[in-house]
Order: sequence, then structure tokens, then C-alpha cells
Amino acid sequence: MVATFEPKTDYKVVGTRPIRHDGYDKVTGRAIYGADVKLPGLIWAVCVRSPHAHANIKSIDTSAAEAHEGVFAVITGADMPKAESKLVDLGEGNINFKWASNKLMADKKVLYRGHPVAAIAAIDRYTAEEAARKVVVEYEVLPSVTNVVDALKDDAPIILPDMVGDDLGEDVTNTNMAAHVRHEFGDVAGAMASAAHTVEREYNMQMVHQGYIEPQNATATWDEEDRIKIWTSTQGAFPARTQIAGILQVDVSRVKVTPTEIGGGFGGKIPVYFEPLAAILSKKSQRPVKMVMERTAVFETTGPTPGARMIVKLGADANGKLTAATADIWFEAGANPGAFIGPAAMCIYAPYEIPNTRIDGWDVLVNKPKVAPYRAPGSPQVAFAMESAVNELCENAGWDPLNFRIDNASKEGTRRGDGVLFSKIGMQEVLEATKESAHWNAPIGDAPEGKVRGRGIASGYWFNIGLKSSANLAVNSDGTVQLTEGSTDIGGSRTSMAMHVAEVLGIGAHDVRPTVGDTESIGYTDVTGGSRTTYATGYACWIAANNLVDVLKERVAVLWDINKDDVEFNDGSFSSKAEAQKTIGFKELAGKLDDLGGPANSTGSVDLESAGDGFGMHIADIEIDLATGKSDIIRYTAVQDVGTAIHPAYVEGQLQGGSAQGIGWALNEEYYMQDDGKMANSSFLDYRMPTTLDLPLIETVLVEVPNPLHPYGVRGVGETPICPPIPAIANAINDAIGKRLYNTPMNAGSILKALK
Amino acid sequence: MTTNSPSKVHVTTTINGQQHELLVPGYMSLLDTLRELIGLTGTKEGCLDGNCGACTVNIDGRIVDSCLVLGAEVNGKEVSTIEGMATPEGLHPLQQAFLEEAALQCGICTPGFLVAAKGLLDNEPSPTEGRIRHWLAGNLCRCTGYDKIVRAVQKASD
Repeated sequence: MVATFEPKTDYKVVGTRPIRHDGYDKVTGRAIYGADVKLPGLIWAVCVRSPHAHANIKSIDTSAAEAHEGVFAVITGADMPKAESKLVDLGEGNINFKWASNKLMADKKVLYRGHPVAAIAAIDRYTAEEAARKVVVEYEVLPSVTNVVDALKDDAPIILPDMVGDDLGEDVTNTNMAAHVRHEFGDVAGAMASAAHTVEREYNMQMVHQGYIEPQNATATWDEEDRIKIWTSTQGAFPARTQIAGILQVDVSRVKVTPTEIGGGFGGKIPVYFEPLAAILSKKSQRPVKMVMERTAVFETTGPTPGARMIVKLGADANGKLTAATADIWFEAGANPGAFIGPAAMCIYAPYEIPNTRIDGWDVLVNKPKVAPYRAPGSPQVAFAMESAVNELCENAGWDPLNFRIDNASKEGTRRGDGVLFSKIGMQEVLEATKESAHWNAPIGDAPEGKVRGRGIASGYWFNIGLKSSANLAVNSDGTVQLTEGSTDIGGSRTSMAMHVAEVLGIGAHDVRPTVGDTESIGYTDVTGGSRTTYATGYACWIAANNLVDVLKERVAVLWDINKDDVEFNDGSFSSKAEAQKTIGFKELAGKLDDLGGPANSTGSVDLESAGDGFGMHIADIEIDLATGKSDIIRYTAVQDVGTAIHPAYVEGQLQGGSAQGIGWALNEEYYMQDDGKMANSSFLDYRMPTTLDLPLIETVLVEVPNPLHPYGVRGVGETPICPPIPAIANAINDAIGKRLYNTPMNAGSILKALK
Repeated sequence: MTTNSPSKVHVTTTINGQQHELLVPGYMSLLDTLRELIGLTGTKEGCLDGNCGACTVNIDGRIVDSCLVLGAEVNGKEVSTIEGMATPEGLHPLQQAFLEEAALQCGICTPGFLVAAKGLLDNEPSPTEGRIRHWLAGNLCRCTGYDKIVRAVQKASD
């Protein structure tokens, strides 16, 4: 039985904007991120990487590198433990240890450019790089495939000859198709045939990268007792431990992961890269080993999110009601299986009630880096296709795109594209808030000469995951509380956790001191990802705080020599049911604990199904220079059902940051691949993420439809906002120039081409 | 450093008001000089090619990417880093404004943004939003969409 909660409004701490607890360390440079870790005797390691996207390794000669002065250890694929083929759920996507191990270090064959073939540990980074240049690798270059169409051709080079694909439940071999899934409901063919209006289009998207500013890193020691200690920037210390232990073939208890401060992740720091390599190098050198990835390798070998080919067809009746939808989507997995076709199927139709739907999804290997989760993995792609098609359907039929969305909005009981029925959701409330928003009701204004303006809207959806979290509390004698929790903090979550505790205990947000624990100081906690953290870890904190109240009631009972059941707790104060005037505040009680039984501690843990579905609507105003195709986003608004905003400033920040990433994806970002599998733009200069000059202030409208599954109504927030921007901008471009773009990025060149 | 590294350069420099005398390998960036030789890890590495601004420091009043400067080049110069921004009296107004406006999420770009923004406000106490955006265009942030960063700089410039 899942607990449900009535919405509350009379909060004291929830909904306020305290300064984040880790803020002082982060504005002064004191905060320790992964690359800042120092240990006595620390040495550095770098990888030798393949210059080819697909090649057999005929030989590797590391002798000159080993002889290089200052080198302590060299490893190749031969040093990697043979990881078993075992699928493990990491919360946001699965990994198979066998493929995960192979991704970190090639075994006889390289599968993508930048694939490590050796790693070298030396006295410092410069020496390791010098020695790396002395490794001699003889390759037999193989033909490579870099898109889903080529990868599925009969004569395509097979990337993983020993992979068994899953075609609707049937095993298939000698293929680059890792999986084919289908979800079908209703009479799709019949409904489509009788639709009054239909639209069918193909959409294509290139891979894009998460673009976190801090590169991947790891520091490791492997000691005489075979205990492995890892310091790393990770989105989840425990899932990192699972991966490291699985790849190294040791028990999880042999591995201690200390999560450092983390410089962005967006899903890309759920998979491990350097951690197992640094550990093996430490074992070989008997020294602590640090690795920090160079930016080119970050682009070429980590992240990205799948490039996609998608064909979407919609049918509606004469009254503007959607009756049927089909989608065929092919996602690039990179060189190992695992594109996010499952989430794509869950998300594509979610904002709408459509009686007859089908989606077929294919997970396709290509000679590119193995994809990693990126903020709502799979959803922005299908949002681009679906939301573009919805607007085109509206344009053809003469319907208002916002009213059409209101008329077709999903609600409690609507069936999602994968069959799940929605509980209480806020799509309708989001649409109404959009209609009432300042932006929607403001004229777009006249464009200067030589430019045109357009407005676009689009919705977006992410399902938000629950999973496992742990929290511990301990009372200090001065009336403050120590909180240890397991979620690495990427955007202020520590403070939201402290606010959960403070709200229960009736104390201030800064009376709770939150710490993110390592894997030996807190219970299992899943990744900071899936928009689960404030929901699930906050829930664990709420349980821990209530358990602490229970512990403290016992102490009050001792103090007053009454039964525990006769002690009440309200607004930070304990009182006696029998004698209402008998009260003691939390802080005063904390100072007396030494005489009442000593330390008061508590713990809380959860394993939850869902964090409550998240819906958003975005409005984008674009201005396009007709001579150059250059576009500027001149006004932007993100509307989203956020459940209850614990710390509204950081909720707004999630909406703004997700919008900015979506805008970059829409307008500029792409893996620009050469035919030989080389990424031609693997630097921040050429990859060109949005800068301060590329964005306006981003307006937010926080719609609060409390999630009944959380004590304070929290709903997952972080991922939904990256879904609407791409189609909102496509729709804005169409509004501005009367031409629709079906491929990303929709950069100046693409717009100019459409204008001609 | 390795025994076979090229000869080292004798560098006398002032960092955050304190004089340092260093032997810096000729190939070593100022970023690594700060982080590895002196231990000032507040200056961050993001790209090592001058495109993200995470390693921004101030040399003699000019903001620069410390990954593009050699440690040997700061001989006789005054360098200030994020660690030198707060004083015993407290945080710099920009640091306080970043906290109050929630202008950081992961925080890895924050030292670079603060040092860069200080470089602006030291010379132009009341910049427009457009001027702030132009000045900070060399610093990448992937978390915030810049909204709250720009607002924080505006707040500190009042």
C-alpha cells in the first residue's frame, strides 16, 4: 500500500529561500571537487586512445612507455578483469558489466574514436602524457557506421559480433540492432484511416553532449588488504560502487566511494569511466592514482545522448480531437547497447489523451561513444518530433495550438504510450497557467528591419523516478541537527534535504547541517538523477525527522516522568497531553539530552515507485535575421507543474538550466561527425554551447499541484524542462519564416537554407 | 616533477597579496602552477583550451584564462584568484549576491564567474545587463541558463 498525503499550505521552512549550506565553500574556492583531491604520494594517469572509430588491434607495444622515466604502471585491455555479462539497473538506464568494462578499455577491437587502448600512470600528468606518446599500436582499420540507417543495412560492418539482439522478444545475431520494442493500444490502423486530418513527418537529430564544465575524474587507491578507495565526481556513490565492483570483479564491500563535490552531470556522471582504470593502476603501482579527462575525450568518449531518426504520424477528427498516433524511432546507442527507447516510448504521447497509439523503437549500435543519460534521456528527441507534428497538424487544420493542447490534454486516468495509467497529474493546470501567463498575453513586438519574429509553444514530459534513499540524523547539544544523506548534491539539494528535516522539527533550515555521505557512512542511495532526489531523499529525510521526534518523545517522557504516549510534538515544541502548560522546545531539550539517555539519533530510508509525473509548457519568442539566418531568443518562459517547490530559487534554476540546454540543443549543438567517425567539433569553441550572450533572462511559472505521494507534495522537477525547448523553437521558427525545420540543430545555415 | 623535465624557471610573483618564490617547469600552465605547486585548487580546470573560463584569474588587473598562461609568465606580476576575493571583513559583495540569488548550482564555474565579474565591477561599478552579458560571454555555465548569475552581478553592482 502506497502512502498518500493531503496537500498542506501552512509551511514554515518549505517554500522559503535560505542560502545553501555548501554555498560559502563554493563561492570562495574551498569546495573540494574531484580534481582537487590530494593524497600523499599521488601520481597521475592518462589514457592512450584510438584515433580510429572502428579497428582491430593487431598489436600494442608498451615497452618504451614502461621504460620512460617517471612511469609507474602501464595497463592495456589484457589487464582488465573479465567482467561477466550481467545487466544492472542504475536508476536511469541499465548497464551490462561486460559492455561497460569493454567501453573503458578496448579488448582486441576499438569501437569508437577515443576508445582507450592503454593507460599510463606516472609521477605527474605531463610525464604520463609524454610516455603515452611512446605506446605503439598497430591497427587494422575497419569500415565504420555513424548513423542508424547505415548501421541497419545488410552489408553494414557488425560492431559487436557476439551481441545477441532482441527483436520483439526474438533473439537475433550478426546485427547492429540491440533491441526493438513495440507498444500498441487500440485500433491504430482503423482510427488513422478514418481521421479527418493527418500529418506524417520524419525528424532527424544529431547526438549532443551533456556539456558539464567539470571533466570526468577519479582518484583511487588499492591497498594491501585489497580494499579499493575511490574519490570521484559522481551522480551516485552507491551506483558507482556497483559499477566499479562489477567491472573489477570484487565484492561491493571491497570498494569505498567518496563522492566529492560534482561539477555538473546531467546524467553523464552516472556511468563510471576512469574509476576502475585508476584502481587497477593503483594496484599495479602501489600508489594513489588520479585521472582527469581532457575535454576532447569528454566529447569523444563520454555522454552523449542518442542521435535519432523518427517518423511520427498523427490523426485527428474534424473537431480537433486526436484519435491516432504512430511513431517509429531509431536511436543511436553508440558502440554498446542501451539507447533510451524505453523512456522515449513512455514520454512521446504523455501530454495527450490519444485512444489509439503505437510506437516502435529500435536501439541501434553505431561507431560513436556509448550514450549516457542526459536530462530526461530519450524524451527531448520524441518531444521534438511529436510537438512539431502537433503544431503542423494544427496549422493545416486552422486550430490554435494552445487550445488544441487544452482540448487533448492528458489527465488522471489517461493511458500513457507504454500503457501506464496516470494518477493525479498537472498537465491541464500547466496549460491553463500558460494561457494566463504574462508572456502568452504580451504581443511579440515588431522586428527591426531585415528581421522577423515568431512565437512557438511546446509541451514536455518526464515520468520522474523514485527508488532508494537513506538519511541519518543526530542531535547536537546546541539544538542543531546533523543530517547525513546519500544523494550527491549537484544543484542545491543538500539544502532541500535540510529543509525537509527543519520543517518536521520546527527549527530553521540552517539549524540542520547536511552532509553527503560516502558509501561507508550512509545507507544505500540511488543516483542523483531521474528527478528523484528531492522527492525520494527528501522523503527519507522526512521519515528520519519523524523518527527523531519519536526518539525525543521518549526523552521528554523521562524528563517529566510520564508515558511517552502522553507527549505531543507541535511546531518545534514538546508538550504534555495531561498538562498543557508543560512544554519544552526542541533546542532546550537538545541541551538536556546528556541527562536523558545520551545521543539522540534516527534514520530513514525509502524505496519508492515514482516521483510523480512532470509536465511543462514553454513559450519561445525568436527573432531571425533574414540575411544571415542568425536567430536570437528574445523572450522565453518555462511553465511547469513542480508539485511543491521546497526551495523555489533552485526549482526556478532547474527550469532555467533545462531551458538553456534545450535552447542550445535546438539551435547550435551537435556531434558534427566526419565519415570516418571523427567528431570534428570536440572542443567548447566548436561545440558552441549557449553563452550569456545567447540567452535572455528566462521567466518561470511554478505551477504547484502537490504530489499526493510525497509528504510535502514534491514532484520531480529537473528533467522535464529540457523537453519543450527544441519543438517550441521549431514552432517559433515556423511562425517567423513560414518554414518548418525537421532536423536539429536549427542553426543559421539551416534557417538560411529554408529561407531560400 | 620528473628528473628529466626541462629546466625550471625562477618566478617571483604576488598571489592574492602574498609573495611567492617558485621554481616552475617551463611547460607548466599558470593553472597547474596555482593548483599543483601552490595548492590553490579554487581555480578550476574545465577545458584546457581557453574556452570555458573556469580557470579565470586576474593578472595585473586583466582577467585571463590561466590554462593559456604559463606559470613562468607571471614573474613580477600580481595574480589574484578566487581564494583572494573575500577579506577578513567578509565576502565580496559579488560572492554574497551569488549566494542570495542562488546564482550557482554545481558551482564548478562559480570561481571563474566571480573573478571575471569582479574584473568588470572594479572598472565599471554600474554595468547594464547587456554589458554584463558581453563581459561574461567567455565563461560557460551549463547549469543555470545564466539568469540568476546576471541578476547576482546586477545586485552586486547597485
